[in-house]
Amino acid sequence: MISEEQVRHVANLARLGLTDEEISRIGGQLDAILDSIEKIRELDLEDVPPTANPLDLTNVLRPDEPRGELAPDIALSTAPDPVDDMFAVPRID
Amino acid sequence: MLDLTASALAEKIREGEISASEAAETANNRVEEVEGSVNALLTRTPEVALERAGRVDVRLRNGGVQPWEAVPLVVKDVLSTKGVRTTCGSKILEDFTPLYDASALVNFGEDLVMVGKANMDEFAMGSSTENSAYGPTRNPWDLARVPGGSSGGSAAAVAAGEGWWALGTDTGGSVRQPAALCGIVGLKPTYGRVSRYGLIAFGSSLDCIGPMTRDVRDAALLLQAIAGHDPLDSTTSTAQVPDYLADLEGGVSGMKIGVVKELMDERIDLGVRDVVGRIVDELEAAGAEVGEASLPHAYYALEAYYIIAPAEISSNLARFDGVRYGLREQADGVHEMYRKTRERGFGDEAKRRIMLGTYALSSGYYDAYYAQAQKVRTRMIGDFRHALWHYDVLISPTSPSVAFEIGAKTDDPLAMYLQDICAVPASLAGIPAISVPGGLSDGLPVGVQLMSNHFTEPLLLRAARATEEVSGFRFDLKP
Repeated sequence: MISEEQVRHVANLARLGLTDEEISRIGGQLDAILDSIEKIRELDLEDVPPTANPLDLTNVLRPDEPRGELAPDIALSTAPDPVDDMFAVPRID
Repeated sequence: MLDLTASALAEKIREGEISASEAAETANNRVEEVEGSVNALLTRTPEVALERAGRVDVRLRNGGVQPWEAVPLVVKDVLSTKGVRTTCGSKILEDFTPLYDASALVNFGEDLVMVGKANMDEFAMGSSTENSAYGPTRNPWDLARVPGGSSGGSAAAVAAGEGWWALGTDTGGSVRQPAALCGIVGLKPTYGRVSRYGLIAFGSSLDCIGPMTRDVRDAALLLQAIAGHDPLDSTTSTAQVPDYLADLEGGVSGMKIGVVKELMDERIDLGVRDVVGRIVDELEAAGAEVGEASLPHAYYALEAYYIIAPAEISSNLARFDGVRYGLREQADGVHEMYRKTRERGFGDEAKRRIMLGTYALSSGYYDAYYAQAQKVRTRMIGDFRHALWHYDVLISPTSPSVAFEIGAKTDDPLAMYLQDICAVPASLAGIPAISVPGGLSDGLPVGVQLMSNHFTEPLLLRAARATEEVSGFRFDLKP
């Protein structure tokens, strides 16, 4: 059972604002989902290696050379608050 | 013209019977005619379609145009389109216009005749397109029902003839399940066969861009158009792209086909199992050697998927922080700005999966959930290796049910997740899988899923073409 405190803690880790109503509703849904997911813990997989990616590619390298990067004014054209050549943000707290 | 497949239309354009501009105009008119009831598109791009079709017509006179380039296409709104708004079905990207095109679109050709950007579940999370911030798409077969998801807009657009084909994306069934529910073909290629560059990421180890088409030949042609290595996506394969059309009519005589027993149990509606069973009998009559295959960890695949996919999305959605693009809510400090922006910009399912993924990756739970799920993934791959040692192709339903009514599952996320039980095993293993219409149950289309080994799409498409042939199902424009 996931507590309200845990739900608030996880929301904070994810920098996700949630209303009290969402904390309670999404918290309840998380409980139900985690309950059903619990099932995979019944498998004994201690010696099984994990799979992070289904292909067996390793260390794909390329030369470290600049190539067709976006100009600063283009890159900033989608920003909500561009200032000079920078992305502006509110005070870092 | 609206009754032609994409391949047949391409042929008529090549012969000069129809111009690319005429095809684009026909598609634009059809969009105007049906969009009011279907709502498959988030952004219509009639001028883009006409302008590019005009350029294709000029190029056609000079030669050097690929056979697919003149055929109007619908693009899921998760693929970046330079200069055309791309929302991912989310409020957080309501006004976002990408600065470059996704590589798959660049591969398709220099003048992609795009009719519009298709509706989808927010950031491709969902199985009904009801998680779109811009309202649900309706299934052209029955407007009171969902088209499936997350590529529901793409599927509905093809079924309704708003363009001859579409691109979708499939993380845990998002091409195949809506294709099944809308009576069209949906192909999830091998992971790494099509570049993900410019695809706004959901589950980076699972995401695949795939064709959604009127028939199997069109799916082969569209895959041909978009597949290949891309230096901008280090997970793309360098393996040569074969000719996907060459073996298409080879048939199933002597082909070994395994029916996946774990995906034919009581979790699957009887009407769906009946259609798949009939197709299996027909394939056997056509010369296939049919037997029973087992994927024991298929019983754990959905659970593993619903840890891995949310873990990856919680990381991938971290980039939506109100700094470089998309929505920003004002606040005094940067952390409050992040929280308010994300609270306002994300819908319910995105919030749920961010929470689930963050929880599964957080200190103290990582080993119990995420690491364990990655080990189930290893086992799932082993199951497929074993089954595909005995069989060339595996067969199952695509989805446990036909299209359900809008609103039927929105209050119960777990019921919605169950839509993916047949699709996620192939996603976890990264193998190619295709949904082909097999017939009807209660008057609604049922999809048959075929799966094969990594990079064996030519074999898979051959089996799919034979399945289409024995099914007797033919594309029929709706509504």
